[in-house]
Formats: sequence, C-alpha cells, structure tokens
Amino acid sequence: MTGLLSVRDLRVGFGAHPEDNEVVHGVSFDLGPGETLAIVGESGSGKSVTAMAINRLVDFGGGRITGGQIEFAAGDGSVSDLARAEENMLETIRGREIGMIFQEPMTSLNPVLTVGTQIEEVFRLQHGMTRADARIAAREALERVRIPDAARRLTYAPHQLSGGMLQRVMIAIALAGNPRLLIADEPTTALDVTIQAQILGLLAELKRDTDTGMIFITHDIGLVAGFADRVMVMQEGRVVEQGPLDRVLDAPEHPYTRHLLEAVPHFSDGKSARRDGARGGGARTALDVEGLSVRFPVRSGLLKRHSGNVHAVEGVSFDLMRGETLGIVGESGSGKSTTARAILGLETPARGRIETGDAGEAGRPVQMVFQNPNASLNPRLTVEQILAEPYIAVGRRIDADARARMAGLLERVELPQGSLARYPHEFSGGQRQRLCIARALMLNPSVLVLDEAVSALDVSVQARVLDLLVDLQKEFHLAYLFVTHDMAVVERIAHRIAVVFAGQIVEIGPTAEVLANPRHSYTRQLIAAVPSLERRHSAFSVDTSAIPSLVRPVGWEPAPVPWAEAGADHRFRAEG
Amino acid sequence: MMEFLRDIARHPSGRIGLIIVVAFVLAGALGEAGVTPYGPLVQDRIARLQAPSAAHWFGTDLFGRDVLSRLMVGISQSFIVSFSSVGVASAAGTLLGLSAAWYGGLWDGIVMRFMDVLLAFPAILLALLIIAIFGPSGWTSILAIAIVYTPIFTRVVRGPALSLKHRDFVDAARTFGSSRRYIMSRHLALNLVAPLTVQITLALAWALVTEAGLSFLGLGTQPPNASLGLMLSDARNLMEMAPWLLLVPAIALMLAVLGFNLLGDALRDILDPKTRRALA
Repeated sequence: MTGLLSVRDLRVGFGAHPEDNEVVHGVSFDLGPGETLAIVGESGSGKSVTAMAINRLVDFGGGRITGGQIEFAAGDGSVSDLARAEENMLETIRGREIGMIFQEPMTSLNPVLTVGTQIEEVFRLQHGMTRADARIAAREALERVRIPDAARRLTYAPHQLSGGMLQRVMIAIALAGNPRLLIADEPTTALDVTIQAQILGLLAELKRDTDTGMIFITHDIGLVAGFADRVMVMQEGRVVEQGPLDRVLDAPEHPYTRHLLEAVPHFSDGKSARRDGARGGGARTALDVEGLSVRFPVRSGLLKRHSGNVHAVEGVSFDLMRGETLGIVGESGSGKSTTARAILGLETPARGRIETGDAGEAGRPVQMVFQNPNASLNPRLTVEQILAEPYIAVGRRIDADARARMAGLLERVELPQGSLARYPHEFSGGQRQRLCIARALMLNPSVLVLDEAVSALDVSVQARVLDLLVDLQKEFHLAYLFVTHDMAVVERIAHRIAVVFAGQIVEIGPTAEVLANPRHSYTRQLIAAVPSLERRHSAFSVDTSAIPSLVRPVGWEPAPVPWAEAGADHRFRAEG
Repeated sequence: MMEFLRDIARHPSGRIGLIIVVAFVLAGALGEAGVTPYGPLVQDRIARLQAPSAAHWFGTDLFGRDVLSRLMVGISQSFIVSFSSVGVASAAGTLLGLSAAWYGGLWDGIVMRFMDVLLAFPAILLALLIIAIFGPSGWTSILAIAIVYTPIFTRVVRGPALSLKHRDFVDAARTFGSSRRYIMSRHLALNLVAPLTVQITLALAWALVTEAGLSFLGLGTQPPNASLGLMLSDARNLMEMAPWLLLVPAIALMLAVLGFNLLGDALRDILDPKTRRALA
C-alpha cells in the first residue's frame, strides 16, 4: 500500500443478522495524502455508512463490518486494518488520526459548555496540554478556521453562534488532533449557499496547507466540482463509478452518473432559464403586493418592555401574472418565508397591501405548499380526509363531485389508484409532496405559494416534482410564488426572480437577465457562491463579513433606497 | 379496533393486563345486574364469619353476607365511580388543555395557574375538602375524583397541543380557512388520542385507589352498600378472626390496579410509533 487509506471489498450490515441486512456491498477505493475523494449518492446509497465504517463509528449505530479490509497508514508509519481493530486501538485513531465533521453543527456540540471549553478539551485529551496551553491552542485553532475575534468567541455558548460559525468550530475541533484523514459528512447541507462557499473555501485552503486526506460525502454532484480530486458515485450500497473528477463529470460511463448529472438541476448563470410564458399583452394580474412589512416585537428586561422590532420584511413590492413564476431567493433569515406566510395570512403585516387578481372559486385564490411534506400532512388522517379539508373549510359538502375531483387530482399528480383510503406514512417523500400539491389545488386557486417545496426531496425526485409543477402551471394557468434558497432550482422554474436580503428585495427582474447580469452586490455574491459543474478546481474565497442585525428600536423607519433600472423590467437597489 | 385489541393481546404485559381488566369488568357487570351467588345485602345470622368454602367461595362477613357477592357489587360500585370520574376529568382536562394551548396568553395563564393550585393539594385531601362541602355520596365521590385528576389531563394535553399547534399541517389548515373547531378536533385532538389513552388507563388505576380510600374513610359509598374501600374498612377489626375479609378486597384492589398499569404500559408501547416498530 502506498497511500493513506486503502479500502478493499468493504461490506457493512445492520441488525442482529448483519449478513442478511447488508447495506454496503463490497466497496473499494484508495486515498493518498492530501487527496480529496468525493462520495456522491442519494439518501440510502450507503455513502455515509461507508464513511462511518472507516473510523468504525458505524458500530455505535448498530452496524457491523461483515467483510473486507480498511488499511490505514498512521502517522508513525504503521499500517493497520481498521476493519478488525479493537475498540481500544480505535480510540487512539479517532480524532488523532481520523477527524470527522457532521452535517448538523448545532447538534454536534454540547449546548451547555462554551465553545472554548470544548476545543480546549480536545487539545488537553489528545496532546496532553495544560489548561493555559490549551486555551492558547484553542484560540489559534479558531483563527485557523478564520473566525474573527477568536478570543471573545471562545467564551460563547454554541447557541450564540450562527450555523456557519459553528461548522467552523467543528472543523477546528476536527483539525485539533492534526488528523491525517478528515471525513466530512455533508458538512454544508444545513448551511446557506454563501456560508457553504466559505466552508468549502476553508476546507480547500486547509487541504493545500496541510497534507490531510479528505473524504467528502455529498448528495450534490455539482458541489464537488470545485475541489475534489476523485469522485466515487454510489447507488444502493454499490460503487457504480469512480475516477478522476474531470473524467467522471465530462465522460460519465455509468447510466446512473449520467442520470445524476442530467436530472439534477445545475446552476448555469441563467442559461437554462425558462423561455416560455414571458410577460405579454393581455396577461392578468394574479397577485399584487405593495409595500409589505412584517415586524416581530422584541421584548426585553424584567417587565417585558417592548424594546424593539425585528424588521423581518421591509417594504416588499412585486406583482405576479397568471401563468407566471416569481422566484424569491434569499438565505435563511432574509424574510422570504415570512413574505410567503404574510401573503397567506399566517403572519399579520405591519403595513402594506396584498391584492389578488380574482376572488377565486371559493374566496381563497392563494394556496400554499410547505417545505416538509411529512410535517404538513396530519399523520392520523386518510388521504381522502386530507383532500376533503379545504372543501369542508369553505363549507362545501363532500359529494360525488368532490370525490371525482379528488380522484382526478390524484391522477393528475401521478399518485397510484386507490390512494384515497391510505395514510400519509404509506407514501414516499416525493409522493407526499405531490399529495400536498393536490390538496392545494382542491379549491382551484390562481396563485400557489411554494415555500421551499422541493428542498426536502432527493435530487432526482426533485427534478420530477419540478416537471410536474411546470405541467400543472400550463394546464391550470397557475401563478407560482416560488420561495427557495436553491439557485439551481429557481433557475429552472422561475420566469422572474426577486433577490431578498435582510428583509428587502434588492434586485428583481427576468430570470435570465438577473442571473446572467446581476447588478446588486449581494446578488453577485450569491451567484458567486453557487457551486456549478463548470466551476472546476477553483477555491471559493473566504469572506468573514457578518449579516446586519434586523433588530431595530421602536419607531425606526428605514431610509428609502432608490431603485435603479438595469433594462426592461430589471431593477435593483442603488448602493451607496 | 379489532387490530388494536390484537396488538394488545400480542404484547406480553398487555395480554395479562387486558385479561385482568376484562375479568373485573365482567365481575362488576354481573354484580351490577344482580347476578350474584347470594344477595349482597342478605344477612344469614347462622352462617356468620365463615371461612371460604364450597358454599361461600370467599367466606361470609360479620352479618353472614356472602363476601363474593359483596365483592362483585363492590367492584361494580368502584368501577362506576372511577370510570365516570376519569371520563369527566379527561373530557374537562382535554377541553381546558386544548383551549389553554390554542388561545395562550392570559387564558393560558389563568387555567394553568388554577391547575397548579389544584395539583398542589394532596389528592385525598382535596377530595376530602370537596366531600366536606357537598356531603358524602357516590356522586360526590365522582365529582371529587374528577376534580382531583383534571389538572393531570390538562397538563398531558397542553404540552403536545402547544407543539402540534405550530406544525405545518395546522398552518396548512389555516390557509384553507378551516374553522377553529375543525382544527382543534381534527388536527389537535386526533393526534392526542395516543397520550390520552395511556393517561386514561393509568388514571383509572389511581381513581380506583382514591375511591377505595374515600370509602374506607366513610366518605364514599355508604353502608350497607358494598364497595372495595368499605369492605376493607369493615374488615379492619376482624383481621385476626377472619383474615379473608381483609384479603379478598385488598387483593382485588391490587389486581385491578396492576391490570390497569400493565395495560397502560402496553398501550404506551403500542401507540408510540418508535416502540411500535421494535415490537413488530
């Protein structure tokens, strides 16, 4: 063995009879020092189990290695087979030789200890440092992962730091042992796209500076183009293809790799924007929002005095035509979901006007599809009861006509016959989201608000639901308000895009125009952060600027920011 | 429903619990219908304080009344009181808990602080107070026990209702314009069936003990009628002479409580989707 890690015919099973419940069926790969291997696959492909088998964390999840070798070259030059190693030996390997970063930084840290204490603990345990030395080392570790003002941040509890900061802390902890191998399991999936770019930039930088080998697990094949050396594609516990990055992306051999590359929406700077249904004469307005503001009161002190407001949405205006999709893009906390909820009446606007083009069949022209189909369907109701609810809500009876409409809609969203008597848990995630779409269409609305409606779905399911949405839009002449953080998805479905930052729309215009020719600095930043297949071997820059606070004193009013025109129907906020 | 019973029958402790509870309900039903070996109030001066025999399975008491017959009537009396009081308590607790969770704010504060005050009293003391006000009878026992257990149901309902209220399907229902009544009954109450069922089963066991305690103190069922607590109270002074008088109602009470607890444990396992999978 010449490299750092050599995995041969690895097999992992679960449960009392691991041989019968095998989820990883013979995986082999090699990794050299300083090399990055990306393992790509959808949920259930065995990618995480494979990685967890390497440091044997899989043992704690009820898994057992049933066959194969994992040869790992430790720092002192000795090579050992981790598949057969004893727990005592593994404890010296984990952290010191193999570091790991998980998907959820929030749940990976102990909430009652300060960040500093938790990093110091690693240094004291693994390097036998004294308390004072560990404190200095912890500060240096935070500086290494580019956390500004590191000395002060050491005293923070995890809940006082943002998700991106916490993930950097996790990386600092993983790097504290100077591991020769770093396993990153979807480390950026829970983060915003600009934060994701920063974390990726950081990992690429650390890889350059040290000689750490890295295994990067992701469901997004576009994400790895920027920094992986080799790609391994997994499906149902088997490796379907592996090879150098450029070879796999440019000349994929296996049909599943081709499917992943094609079916998954990839961002392409507005080149794959929709060309149909541009605004022409005679289009009817479906939704008109003017100066919408939503504020949440902040109460503080002993008497719960109203001390300020969170200006979640501030002066948002747009209009939406029948048959048109407006994509609202922004990061978490930008106010995009609050805007959607205010339009549905789930939040009370502080001011502003929301008008719909027509009253709709039942006085409810706007309907909504939520992000998580598991949470938005009552688990104790049958599909028939779920679909009947909008009808009952507007005082209609469930008669033969209603049943015919239910059956018709279920067929239209491609759910199997006989679904009416079944319960939500009997369906897959994609099917449940189709069910939510059918429910939203029961009252024949003119506007459908889709709040991250495909974000919780697996990538290939996502593509099929998007196709369905486009078909339904054409058939029923629906207007979509598509709220999302995913630039690649919005590029496919939106005719127009509104970019939201800190509660305000900073740029709005036709999709192709905004994405190809962004004018506002935040839009540019957002687009620059999106990973894409075309962006090879280019590290993202690490930006440490913070997002402004949205909490303002009572009575504060934003200074009006003038709009600047950037062509027909393309406007952006002028920047000082 | 049949499938639900089958699940209980398959659960190891649920099976035992179900058998015990069904046996008690049958015995009580027969007692209530008057199908007893002897009349529960019929005194036989010749056959006083007889030990268990073929004629009197559980012996006779000081007045020569058949203990088995009195036990059956006593079970029916105790079960009627505990079932009615738990029924009232769970209904009131569900309504209060749901409304406190839904409306929040001042209403939530008033309801929950009042429940805290009720919870602060020891159960039997609170029941004593209520009976002192209304006078002892079967009906006041039901009222007293219902008031004692209402705060527990209010708490059991309010917690999950608070989290259900923020679930997406409730938001979705609000976007259709569903009425509050519909949301509370369909989306909240229906999802509370599982914790409520478990709580009701366990509360039935506690209510039985509370009822027996009240009757023992002479505040529940009044002589010459039979109830488990009253039988224990009567047997107190004859313990050495006729131990069966004490043992029979005591063991019956213990078995009934055990049955409900086993059933409650089984229901908790069966209704919780996490353990349900493990059992299957």
